[in-house]
Amino acid sequence: MTVKIDDPTLSIPAERRALLRPALEWIARRAEPLAITLGAILAGTALFSLFILAVGKSPTDLYRLMYTGGFGSWFSIQNSLSRASPLLLTALCVALPARLGLIIIGGEGAVVLGGVAAAAIALPIVGLLPPIITLPVMALAAMVIGGIWIGLSGFLRHYRGVNETISSLLLAYIAIALMNQFVEGPLRDPASLNKPSTRPLPHDYMLGSIPGMDVHWGLVIGIVACIASWILIEMTSHGFAARIAGGNVRAAQIQGLPVGRLITGFTAIAGSFAGLAGMIEVAAVQGGANASLAAGYGYTGILVAFLARHNPLAIIPVAILLGGINASGGLIQRRMGLPDATVLVLQGTLFIVILFCETLYGRFKIFNPDLWKRST
Amino acid sequence: MEDTAIGLWGVPLAIFAGAIRVSTPFIFVSLGETITERSGRINLGLEGTLVFGAMTAYAIAVLSGSAWLGVLAAMATGAVFGTVHGWICKWPKVNDIAIGIAMMQFGLGLAFFLGKPFIQPVAPHLPAIPFGFWSNLPPVEAALNINILFILGGALAVILWWALKNTRIGLVLRVVGDSTDAARAMGINPDRVRLLATAVGGSLAAIGGAYLSLYYPGSWNERISSGQGLMAVALVIFARWNPIGCFVAALLFGGAGALGPALQSVGVTQGYYLFYAAPYVLTLVIMIITSSPTRALAGAPGALSLTK
Repeated sequence: MTVKIDDPTLSIPAERRALLRPALEWIARRAEPLAITLGAILAGTALFSLFILAVGKSPTDLYRLMYTGGFGSWFSIQNSLSRASPLLLTALCVALPARLGLIIIGGEGAVVLGGVAAAAIALPIVGLLPPIITLPVMALAAMVIGGIWIGLSGFLRHYRGVNETISSLLLAYIAIALMNQFVEGPLRDPASLNKPSTRPLPHDYMLGSIPGMDVHWGLVIGIVACIASWILIEMTSHGFAARIAGGNVRAAQIQGLPVGRLITGFTAIAGSFAGLAGMIEVAAVQGGANASLAAGYGYTGILVAFLARHNPLAIIPVAILLGGINASGGLIQRRMGLPDATVLVLQGTLFIVILFCETLYGRFKIFNPDLWKRST
Repeated sequence: MEDTAIGLWGVPLAIFAGAIRVSTPFIFVSLGETITERSGRINLGLEGTLVFGAMTAYAIAVLSGSAWLGVLAAMATGAVFGTVHGWICKWPKVNDIAIGIAMMQFGLGLAFFLGKPFIQPVAPHLPAIPFGFWSNLPPVEAALNINILFILGGALAVILWWALKNTRIGLVLRVVGDSTDAARAMGINPDRVRLLATAVGGSLAAIGGAYLSLYYPGSWNERISSGQGLMAVALVIFARWNPIGCFVAALLFGGAGALGPALQSVGVTQGYYLFYAAPYVLTLVIMIITSSPTRALAGAPGALSLTK
């Protein structure tokens, strides 16, 4: 690699600079998404501050409470981590298909059906089989149904040309209707009066807490899923093929890549993660399937995935951050008299600003080593 | 006794009445989305616009005592939402589908935030015209009690259909939607046309919201929309970007949505909740049947990211 440096003011000799350059390039390319995302978060926070000022409250109080409620104490950190757990999995449901250029927004449907499937399969075998067998069976059932649900969107996209954004959304509404039918009908516990639910799981069949913490095992499962997804995308040939197909479908087909199987497979894996989130919700939080399964994790997961720029490892901190913001909602409501929807407005603002900042990529010379020569 | 006087005829009548009652928001949102998509842009944020419109209309109707002032205020906020969406999407590398999802979350959040004080008060309702005056059967009278917005929606569908074909504005919209380059060659600024089309689309979607809060179901709460704004996007595809098609498709959706309650009223309660899924299943099945992996959908604007 020969690099010509004409600038005499630089004290580093040309040969040394040539050695340094690959490292600098590496840093510059990786710094761009980080710098732009952080800048966007700051800009979004500033915009939201204006909104809070406009309704006559103090933004500094709000952010202080948000910190206290989300990360200010060991108790609140554990609360945030618990809330992050389903977001890790539902964000993967968006991030994996995004590698193929697909926008899946119906993860909520897989969550809901995953929860129902887990409850439906567990209730007859509880008591007959020990928890160590029951819990994996529940997880498997949830993943299979979630995988079928979102995989169907991918399948229809490739083999029928049906837009995956719309079909996944329609499937989410269908899933919620199915859940209501099951929970109000065949699976209903006659003892659940006001809030129809399935029979509760016995306590020892619940997914317990991580030792030494008040956070259920769902967090570990979510983090493992993120790491596994990262390995799948970055280290395997399937991940590489998916990235090619996501970049240009025709080129991938000419290369002989099985685009249809890649799309169906990736969406099915994505859906199985969302289904797993439903199982965890049932086995670790609710203790049975009911309408609380449709709590919007699927939709917050979309935001997490986009914030993380569809990078499975980046999903981990982003999900914890949003889990913390969500956890602080109650505190903000009590202390500042703001509606619980305050955190929704903040999330929406951040989401818009971050997507808007996509337009900034490639505009700053400092992040683009190809332009350095011309600039000096 | 009158209720039983029509017996099983009650089912088709209830579906008919339900179709008219439920379809109005679909008509307005899908007509708005048709205008936006015809310009080559897609706005998935209309769900947020619809709910925010419902909240604004209700709040203004409570404060001013006039339901129509509420509708106007909703249209204004809808246009603002559309303009924001349109402005953001004109920048390079910004994904209009993702921005739509973000605008939806933002609109829902803002509507819930600002709408909290209006869950209790009662707003004046929009008027309906009693077309059923000739009948002495209450179910028939109720079924033919048709809201003015439904009639306006039908008229708007016809006007839009005509205008897209025969006016200069319609031509400009179609050219921009089919090819950005062709539009530039004709001296049209595509970004400006799309911005206006998104703003108009937003203000129409907000009328749909106003109908929800001011007529049927007729109150403001956080569960007022069950995805009507998003369904409308599917409905536009189903209607092939044709305004008359939107009107017919909205009626079909409304009818499918009324199936469950209608059957329940005559004692069929088996699978009640599954009937809620009927409009979604219907849309999905129609999309599967009419789509093709090899060619773009007939009638789709060429510059639309959704169908490429």
